Amino acid sequence: MTDQALPISHGSDWRYRLGEHYGTLLALAVFVIMFAVYALKYPTGFSADMVQTAASKGVLLALVAVAQTFVVLTAGIDLSVGMILVLCNCLASYIVIGSPVMTVLGIVGVLAAGLACGAVNGVIVIYGRLQPIVTTIATGAVFFGIALLLRPQPGGDVNEDLADWMTGQLPGGIPTAAVVLVVIMLVIWVPFRKSMLGRVVYAVGSSEQAAYMSGLHIRRAKFAAYCLSGLLSAIGGIFITFVTYTGEASSANANAYTLNSIAAVVLGGVSLFGGRGSAVGAIFGALIFRTIGDLLFVFDLDPLWQPLFLGVVLLFSVCLGSFRLFRIRNRLELFG
Amino acid sequence: MTDSPTSAKSGFPRSFLRSIDPAVATAFACILVLLLIAATTNPDFLSPEYLLIQLQSASFLAMMSTGMMLVILLGQIDLSLPWIITVGGMMSTAAAGWGPWGPAVAIPVGVLCGVIFGIINGIGVAYLRVPSMIFTLGINAVAQGFMIMRTGGAAPQDMAPDSMHYLATGRFLFGVIPNPVLVWIVVGAVIVFLLRKTVFGRAIYAIGNREAAAYLSGISTQRVVVAVFAISGGLAAFAGTLLAGYSTKAYQGMGDPYLLPAIAAVVLGGTSILGGRGTYIGTVAGVILITLLQSILSVIRIQGIEITEAHRQVVYGIVIVAMLLLYGRGAKVTA
Repeated sequence: MTDQALPISHGSDWRYRLGEHYGTLLALAVFVIMFAVYALKYPTGFSADMVQTAASKGVLLALVAVAQTFVVLTAGIDLSVGMILVLCNCLASYIVIGSPVMTVLGIVGVLAAGLACGAVNGVIVIYGRLQPIVTTIATGAVFFGIALLLRPQPGGDVNEDLADWMTGQLPGGIPTAAVVLVVIMLVIWVPFRKSMLGRVVYAVGSSEQAAYMSGLHIRRAKFAAYCLSGLLSAIGGIFITFVTYTGEASSANANAYTLNSIAAVVLGGVSLFGGRGSAVGAIFGALIFRTIGDLLFVFDLDPLWQPLFLGVVLLFSVCLGSFRLFRIRNRLELFG
Repeated sequence: MTDSPTSAKSGFPRSFLRSIDPAVATAFACILVLLLIAATTNPDFLSPEYLLIQLQSASFLAMMSTGMMLVILLGQIDLSLPWIITVGGMMSTAAAGWGPWGPAVAIPVGVLCGVIFGIINGIGVAYLRVPSMIFTLGINAVAQGFMIMRTGGAAPQDMAPDSMHYLATGRFLFGVIPNPVLVWIVVGAVIVFLLRKTVFGRAIYAIGNREAAAYLSGISTQRVVVAVFAISGGLAAFAGTLLAGYSTKAYQGMGDPYLLPAIAAVVLGGTSILGGRGTYIGTVAGVILITLLQSILSVIRIQGIEITEAHRQVVYGIVIVAMLLLYGRGAKVTA
């Protein structure tokens, strides 16, 4: 009996798999189309330099978007990702410098700081039982305050050899940043997604009570999600230091990264209600967000109109999900 | 038996005590403690003039938090606050430059622009069913785009007319009570009436608890949501006109520092961020608490250490978390 009760066999569940990755695939398709248009309209045509410029801008937001994804998957939200990024940027401008050994130790230190920030968020949300949105607003203020303590004025330095390598090209014109992003995803996201921990994160996001009733370790999973979010934000912080060569406690930057990370996550097909989507989609969401700005540039739009246009495109793209309303049979489903 | 409703009616003090929300009581207690701590360093913190000035600056935040509270009661959030404030400020000062009638229509024009953005917010959330967190974020970007477009090519008037300046800084009543405080009292009274005595107010709480149930009870929930976002937008823009009047000038980014304090004030006042629970008196307490905290942190001196913006941010964040841990904790997840 039990064998017949489990009719799932690998190979015939492609419909389910397609449904699960629908958002990610859609984001990939939209990005490919937009980038193709951009490359065609680009003054000097498709070139390694063009890809590299696009990659440096895109990878930064992509890292923060992946950070945001971990928490959003648990049906939470992390409004402190931008602040952790800025804090790690300021910290990196002190310690990611000197001999290769010192630099590596410095990077480890910054990553540990990001992990600690995420752990603080996790402990307050899980054991303090406060709502993630309010908690991360408050902890974000603390993280930004510490960043300001570290760097009251912009300044500092970074290991320039490493920075130039990270923001440069590998042989063959492939941007290093993109390769590093792929490596980070292979080291962090893929094992996470395949592990029990990753499954529990998805389960918590779908229904925390059902996950609890199934005897899953929901606290451990949520804690891991917040820690990984802090870690990814820290990687973003190190990367921004490589791009700018300085540390700067800028609240405008921090807020922009936080808000853009939410937009990127949504564009990438991750549900804000939790439990659906993937970090790969979020990366394409981030790349889409950056490409919109680039498209406005190559189409020679009046610079004054660009912010408005960017806003309208963003608004329109988040409304695309509303097409599901046409499939609703019962008005009650509206309030699901 | 002492817990039965009949016995509770008999004793006035007991029923009064029972009607007090512990969160609101804690918030007011925190205000007192804060003032007393500050007074030990400098007695001037208890002077009527200082307290009046605090109330005056609190009333700007209060306009924003009032709208935010209504939205949060629905179980939604309005992240378009910063640039709707700016829209209110910049459009009203621009309208003031429209000929002889300009100063008279300045404030209504500013508020109207906020209401329009609010209605779009409401349509997106109620009819298109986009999560409010991302839709209002998009409206924030659109409002920012509009303002950059408007002020980039041409230079509309950005100086506040005397009427706005008077509303934000004057003291109409006996020359004692600042005008914004009077405005706050009027707006607050209207909101309390709306929430407690009208069908509309009941509907807001009902939708915040469970929208499907509210819909099945015959409430046209989508219209209520649009109306609430419209009120929120209007109040945010009105706060913008007051701020422009206060500083005599409207400028880009004038609303940016207010988003987080506005949300924090509502939550510190005991309103559930999940919606459906909360009182206006709590929001009043939250607004005063946040304003006092910011003010005291900016003037207090500790010997030997220079207090900078950095310290202020750290203390501000820690205090908010600590207060929420006192009374804002959610329920444990169980079956």
